[in-house]
Order: sequence, then C-alpha cells, then structure tokens
Amino acid sequence: MDRIESSPSEPRAVSRRRFMVYSLSAATLTVAAPLACDTSRAQGSEPAGAVATGDDDEMLVLEVTKANRVVVRLPRVEVGQGVTTAVAMMIAEELDARLADVDIPLADARTKGNQSTGGSSSVRSLYDPARRLAATARARLVTAAAHRWHLPARTLHTRDTMVLAPDGRKASFGSLSADAARIRRTEVSARPRPAARHKVIGRPTNRIDARDIVTGKAKFTGDLTVAGAKPTVVARPPTLGGRVVSVDDRAARALPGVHAVLRVPGGIAVVAESFHHAFTARDALKIKWAPGPMSSLSDAGIRSRLRAALPALGSPPRGSTQVEGEFEFAFVSHAPMEVLTAIADVRAHRAELWFSTQTPMEARDTIASAVGLPASAVTVHVIRGGGSFGRRLTFDAAIEAALISKAAGRPVKLMWSRNDDTRHGRMRPASHHRIRASHQNGRVIAFAHAMASVNESSGKSGVDQASFVRRASGPAPSDSGLYNFGRLSGDSGGVDLPIPLGAWRSVDAGTARTAEEILVDEIAASLGEDAVAFRRTTLRSTSVRAVLDKVALAGGWGRALPAGHGQGVAVHEEYGSRVACLAEIDATDPRRPRVTRVVMAADVGTVINPRGLEAQLMGTAIDGISTVLSAGLHIDRGAVREGSFADFHWARQRHAPLHFEAHVMPSTADPGGAGELGVPAASGAVANAYARATGTKPRRFPLSF
Amino acid sequence: MPSYSFTLNGEKVTVEAPADMPLLWVLRDLLHVTGPKYGCGVGVCRACTSHLDGDEIQPCVVRVEDCAGRKVTTIEGLADGDTLHPVQQAWLERDVAQCGFCQPGQIMAAVALLKRTPRPTDADIDGIENVCRCGTYSRIREAIEKAAAEINTATPKITP
Repeated sequence: MDRIESSPSEPRAVSRRRFMVYSLSAATLTVAAPLACDTSRAQGSEPAGAVATGDDDEMLVLEVTKANRVVVRLPRVEVGQGVTTAVAMMIAEELDARLADVDIPLADARTKGNQSTGGSSSVRSLYDPARRLAATARARLVTAAAHRWHLPARTLHTRDTMVLAPDGRKASFGSLSADAARIRRTEVSARPRPAARHKVIGRPTNRIDARDIVTGKAKFTGDLTVAGAKPTVVARPPTLGGRVVSVDDRAARALPGVHAVLRVPGGIAVVAESFHHAFTARDALKIKWAPGPMSSLSDAGIRSRLRAALPALGSPPRGSTQVEGEFEFAFVSHAPMEVLTAIADVRAHRAELWFSTQTPMEARDTIASAVGLPASAVTVHVIRGGGSFGRRLTFDAAIEAALISKAAGRPVKLMWSRNDDTRHGRMRPASHHRIRASHQNGRVIAFAHAMASVNESSGKSGVDQASFVRRASGPAPSDSGLYNFGRLSGDSGGVDLPIPLGAWRSVDAGTARTAEEILVDEIAASLGEDAVAFRRTTLRSTSVRAVLDKVALAGGWGRALPAGHGQGVAVHEEYGSRVACLAEIDATDPRRPRVTRVVMAADVGTVINPRGLEAQLMGTAIDGISTVLSAGLHIDRGAVREGSFADFHWARQRHAPLHFEAHVMPSTADPGGAGELGVPAASGAVANAYARATGTKPRRFPLSF
Repeated sequence: MPSYSFTLNGEKVTVEAPADMPLLWVLRDLLHVTGPKYGCGVGVCRACTSHLDGDEIQPCVVRVEDCAGRKVTTIEGLADGDTLHPVQQAWLERDVAQCGFCQPGQIMAAVALLKRTPRPTDADIDGIENVCRCGTYSRIREAIEKAAAEINTATPKITP
C-alpha cells in the first residue's frame, strides 16, 4: 500500500474512466478517485476561498484490507469539524460497510493536487468522489464473490462489510479483497445509489473518534512520541516583531536538563528534557529586546488609520432618507485549545515533520526552502488538530521547529505557549465599516458598504503567508444581494501593518455581514417595520426566507420577555448554504449580558451528518457570543495586551445559552459548506438582541472590552 | 534529584523530578500520560483538569512534591477497563466532542462536580470554568444532566 500511496496520481492500471475511478495495482482491492476542487456545482456558491484552488489531479484512495478494514487516507485535516466522520459515512453508505469498519487516517503532504482544508469546502469537494470510489469498490467485491460462488452477481447483497448470497453464504469484504483487486469488469452497477435510498447519509451519527476522545487516547501532535524529539520553547519579545539585541544565556545553559539554547528569527529557543525544564531555562535567559516596528502604535491609532482608509460611499440618491452606521471590530485570536505544536527532525539530506495543518503541501514546500532541502526530501505527517478556526492555514510553528531542529542537529518538539500564541500568533484583522441604506417611499433604494481592514505587510517567516489571510476573489461585503435593496455598492480599503494575521472562521463575512445585519434591524426600525417582517419582504431568496421563518416560529419571535431582555435575528448565505439565527439575551445588567437561548436553522443542501451540522452551528453560536460580547485583543504600543483565556474572554459555560436548538432544513440539492456558515448570523443575532434589550446601537466589538 | 512516589490511575509510580515541576509535565513528559492537555499553563483554561485524591485539580499549577503519597487520576484512569464512567458514556451519547482537546478536562471537571453535587442546578453547571473553544457547552450541559440522572438512578439515596 505504501508504494501505491507514494504516487497516488500515477496509477499503473487505469479503468472505468466513465466514473473517473482508477484501480491501483495492489494485492488488496485499492481504488482511487481524482479529487476535483471544483465546488461550483453547489447552487449559489461563491468561490470557496483563497485556499481552495489548485490542480484537480489529486486522488482519494480506498483500500480494503485483508483484516476487513476499509481505509481511506484523507487529504484533509480533522480539526474538530467532523470531516473524518462525514467521509466515513459517505464510504459506509455506498460500500455497505459498518461505520466502525471504516478508518479515515489523514494523508501525509502530497506532491500534487489540492490538499487544503478551508473555505468550508471539504464536504462539497469530497461528496462525489468518495461515493463513486466506494460504489466502485462495492461492485468489485460483489463481482469477486459472484466468481467465487459461481452465482450471478445480481443475486448478491451487501451489508455490514460483507457480501451475502441468497443461500446464506457470507464473505467479509476483507476475505474478498485480493480477488476483487483483480476484477476489471464489474457485473453490477458501480454507480452511487440515489439519495432516496441513503441509509447512512442524512442520519444523525456520532463522531467516529468520540471514544478515543473521551478516554484520552486521541493523539495530538504534543502527545506523539518521536524518538529523541525534545521539548522546545522560544523566548519571544514583548512587542510584535521585536528583535533580540543581546542575550546572556549563561544561567539558562547551566540549568539541569537543558540541551541547547539557540537564536532563531522569533527569539531564543531552548531545547530541554521536559517542558518544565524548557520553560525554566527560558525564564532564566537575560535578553535585551529591541522594540518591534509597531511599537508606537496602539488601538486608537489603528482605529483612526482604518477610518481614514475607508473608501468614500458616494452620494446617496437625491431625496432619500439615510440609515447609517459605523462599525468597528477588534483583532481576535483564533485561540485553538491546542496551541501550535510541531515536531521536526531535520537531517542533512532529509526532514520529517509532524503537525496539524490545513495546508500541508504549502507547508512542506516552505519548510523545504527554509532549511535548504528539496521539497521531495521533506515529509510532512498531518496530525489531527485541537481546533483551528483558520489558525492552521499558516504553519509558523512548523517552520520554526524545522529551523531549530536543523540548528540544534536533533529532533525537537516545539510548543508555542498560550502567551506566545495570543501575543505573537495570528489574529482576525481589525476592521472598520461604514454602511448606509437609503430609503424612499418605504423602500430601500440603495445600500452602500465601505470597509477597511488591517493587512499584514510582510510575512515574518519569509513566506507570503499573508496570501492565506484574505479571499483571493469573491464578492465585496455588500455584493451578496441577500436583500432587494436597490442599488448596491461596496468598496474596501486597507491599512498595511507588520502584524501577524490569519483568516478566521467565516473570514470577512464574520465582520462585514454581522455589521450589515445590525443595520438591517435599524433600517426596519426606521421604516417602522418588524425586523423579521422586514427581512421577509426584502430577502431575495425563498430558501433564506425559509430558514428565517423556521427560527422565527421555533424561537417564538416577538414573545413577551421581561424588561432588560431582548430577541435578535440575523441571516446569512454563503458556500451554497443559508442560515438564520434567533438569539435571546438577558441584559438586565448591560455590562454582563447572558445569551439565554439560541435557535438556528440551516439549509446546506444535502446533509451528510445532521448531528455534525448541529455541532458546527453550536460552535458558531459561541463564536458569535464571544466575538460580539467579550473576546478581542488590544494592541498597546505594538504589543498584544491579552495573554491567555484569563483576559482573552472567550465564552465559558456561564456565557453559553441555557437552551440551544438547531433545525436542519430538508433538501435534495448538492451539499453546501457548513463549517463557517453560522458565524455572521449568530454574531448579528446576538448584537441585535443586545440592541433590543438595551435600547442601544452596538457599534464597537467586542462590546465589553 | 529528589524522587516522588504517588498512585497514578491505580498504579504506584516513582519519578525523579525537581520539587516544583508541575504535575502536568511529570505526567506528559516523564510518564507519557498525555490525556491531560496543556492549554495555558496557568490554571485558567483547565484543559489539564485531573483529580488528586478525588478532588479536581489543574496539574499545570500543582507541584509534583504536593502529590507525593497521594492518588492522581487522569482521564486515562476514569473508565473501569472497557466499561466507561457514566460521564464518559453520557459524553458519547450526546456526541459532545468536536476537536476533543479540552474534553478530557471537561469530563474530569464534570465528574468532580457530580461528586460534590450529585444533582447540579444550571448555576452549578455554569460554575465549570473549563474553556471549550469549539463551543460544545450546550452538549456538555446535556451530558452532565444525563450522567447525573444515570448516577442518581444507579445509586438511589437510602432514606430511613
């Protein structure tokens, strides 16, 4: 199998081009399907984001082992979004395998194709090839059984990872795999079955890795044991981009358990026997730091630069009435629970790395160039990640680990501390928005949105990682056409700063669409209309109206609430999907608001796993609560003020809604994206609920900051 | 270097470590028990939550010398062989986890809560400080309520 995987895009035997599924020469049944990155089939979808581009020659490979395991090595990363479970369900569906017999390991970095995880594109890009692959494998297994038993293939059935004959004979897929590997002409259909016959796809299903997680067996990068890889930390400057002027490392080197002290671009690295020894030695370093290039800049200065960078909105239509707002969003840390961690073993002629990454191919190429090796000499093992939210699109720690391993001449296990990640890690760019709706005779006749956000002026690592930060293409914020608002216009500006940024779940929509949904409420109020009724009459799409109606009904829109409480709604459409959120807030103490209830509804086309979709929506509800109410980063004279979850106020249980429900709209359309979908709707609904409860106009986020 | 002995998940272990070495790194780097996770190192995120003599602790801020002669339980020691603890079982049934990184700590915090407060109120559950960045809080709440019901049914209070 290894031999085959090393060149998955160059199958020796090719067949069944009609279905674009290939046979790979192997002793066991091994089939492969090209993994196109064309996601345009999803209705109404936008380009999937900057990361979802590349060749379409990548292969998804399925093997049935003699031990009756169905193994699909996935060229995507699992970071909690449930992609491994969703793919296992697709495979189980078409193969008639038990879900428990399907393994979805993560593929090492490949040499060709698109291996990026991002833009909520995974299910869209995998749905067809995964099902075609499994349907082909099933046809081969049935044909092999028919030959073995001298029975017509059409009389055989498949169930529970077995082929069954009418006379009661059974054969496990594993026992048929070697025979099936030699089948070239299948005697039953190799087409995926119609959706109406789906038994696995669409059924609420628990995660395939849940038991490993609840027993502590699930392994993240820091949990791996790689021979000789020693715990490593880096002393970093107090300011963003600060540099070492001088270091006295005598005390640190004299401490027990210290293997190496090295200067690296980000600061001073310490390689030690344990992370305790490494942190102790790091703290014993006496370092004189030069301030970074932003050291004269704080939040107020950044805000005024953003305001100055806003493009002009132009003149409103003559005779119209204006509803306007300016909105400001602070920087936000991705703050995945698992801090950046990377194991690197860089030798003279090869390198091997283990870390969680959304972009393993780009990472491998960048690391190769950083350590002076050809890309073919660098192996990147993709490890499950403890959250990402866009953080693992870039691979700062892996580059650093490789440089340290090379300099130290030994394998290292580098971990960024929580302070490192908060103070030097990447963040959602701060942004400023000016939005203006013009109405006349009770109708909105023009809608204009100008935004400005901070752009990263140069990649610290010598690679332009900033290219991952923003969409390569896609609509300007107000081009979504969600509402019949007459003439739409939008423009964006930027402020270049040397600050490490990264695409954050839902990217620009997380701020731009949130701000728009707040203004939509204010337009409705200005016209004397109810926020839901106004949206119903102005939304262009019936499917968006349907999710709005769902939350309005299920959430009891307009129900009586005590003073100081309020409801809010918001909608969003993206990735070929649409979502609505209704939030209820208790703002009796406006400084300590509690979102008490959240009702969401999503139409994502065909749903693979409704339970996984509900989990994603639940997560975006917490994203909305956190980023609107409490979680952000301050910049004080070029330094990030926050350092951990002590002052980066991400929601805890006491901030989470006491009641959460998600409704999944039935649909037979192609799958849309879901992972990021809910963020703007949840954020908008929380802000609108706060506005209604307090009688204020929310403008600067997070509100408590 | 001093050496310390304690009971880890039912087995006696002895480690040579500095007295002030946090239990978290003793577990992870010396004993290769990796269920307790590093998330902040300052006792705030609580991803490392484990038990010391049955009470909740954050091993990132507990010194190894303070564990000598005591019983440390991590997520790995919670199940009875293949039989999961009712809280773990509830976690599976409610499909709580997303990325899973904070979940060992969340489960250990929930077990400790139910030991202190067998019938927790919403406010009691709100008192759990463990951060879940994926935002699984609603399912955590449901799982705790389910586990509480299971535990209370299995061990009814005997009233005279």
